[in-house]
Amino acid sequence: MARALVNIPPKAKRGAVIEIKTLISHPMETGYRHDETGRAYPRDIINRFVCTYNGVEVFRADLFPAIAANPFISFFTVATESGAIALSWTGDDGQTQTETANITVE
Amino acid sequence: MDDSATAKTSTRRQFLVAAGGLVAGSAMAPLLVVRPAAATPPSMAAAIREVIGEANVREGKVKVDLPPIVENGNTVSLTVSVDSPMTESDHVKGIYIFNEKNPQPNIANFHLGPRAGKASIATRIRLADSQQVVAIAQLSDGSFWSGSVEVIVTIAACVETL
Repeated sequence: MARALVNIPPKAKRGAVIEIKTLISHPMETGYRHDETGRAYPRDIINRFVCTYNGVEVFRADLFPAIAANPFISFFTVATESGAIALSWTGDDGQTQTETANITVE
Repeated sequence: MDDSATAKTSTRRQFLVAAGGLVAGSAMAPLLVVRPAAATPPSMAAAIREVIGEANVREGKVKVDLPPIVENGNTVSLTVSVDSPMTESDHVKGIYIFNEKNPQPNIANFHLGPRAGKASIATRIRLADSQQVVAIAQLSDGSFWSGSVEVIVTIAACVETL
């Protein structure tokens, strides 16, 4: 779907609070803009973002057209165990893109 | 605040004038259910009710970070943090963000839990006009807290054509 940037520390101490920063390229077309002939550009946004940590959902966001193009989302989670952190974005067209990063917890 | 109280003792004409002012959506919000901001426009109030139901919202605990003057409303950095220990028994369940003057009052809803460790989120938003941005946090004990900030926007989002 699009290019995504994900920033997750590869290593963390057990119980540490880590910051996860994400950016995905997407126009986030609001549906409120018109071209010269007055035709509205159809809405096309990412409306859902989910982060799972070894399969358990730890963070979820419902997005609306007020989120800027190329949505940036940053949040925190506790490094509980080594494993995979998966981030997925779902668009209005129903397509989902998932990025996975591995984290080692000591 | 005491408008309705005085209206009871005043004449019918005075009462009707006062009631008309309320219907016109003036700043006299106390008869509406929403508590956090007196000047909340009705659409934002309705959107807030849709998300959080009839719960009572108290001011405090929520800090909204936005630049006070925004040059370009198309990308505005927003940080919302909530004062919470984020333990199993006392944590933030949701952070809901609203605005007054964009075409849609909702900006985003974030759902978190004790595993977040820290109740803070950051994103970038669009702002169509100078307005108030409100964040409401839902805590695990069922209470709702709000924080808000006023921003001045010089170049608005969602107006340009391609």
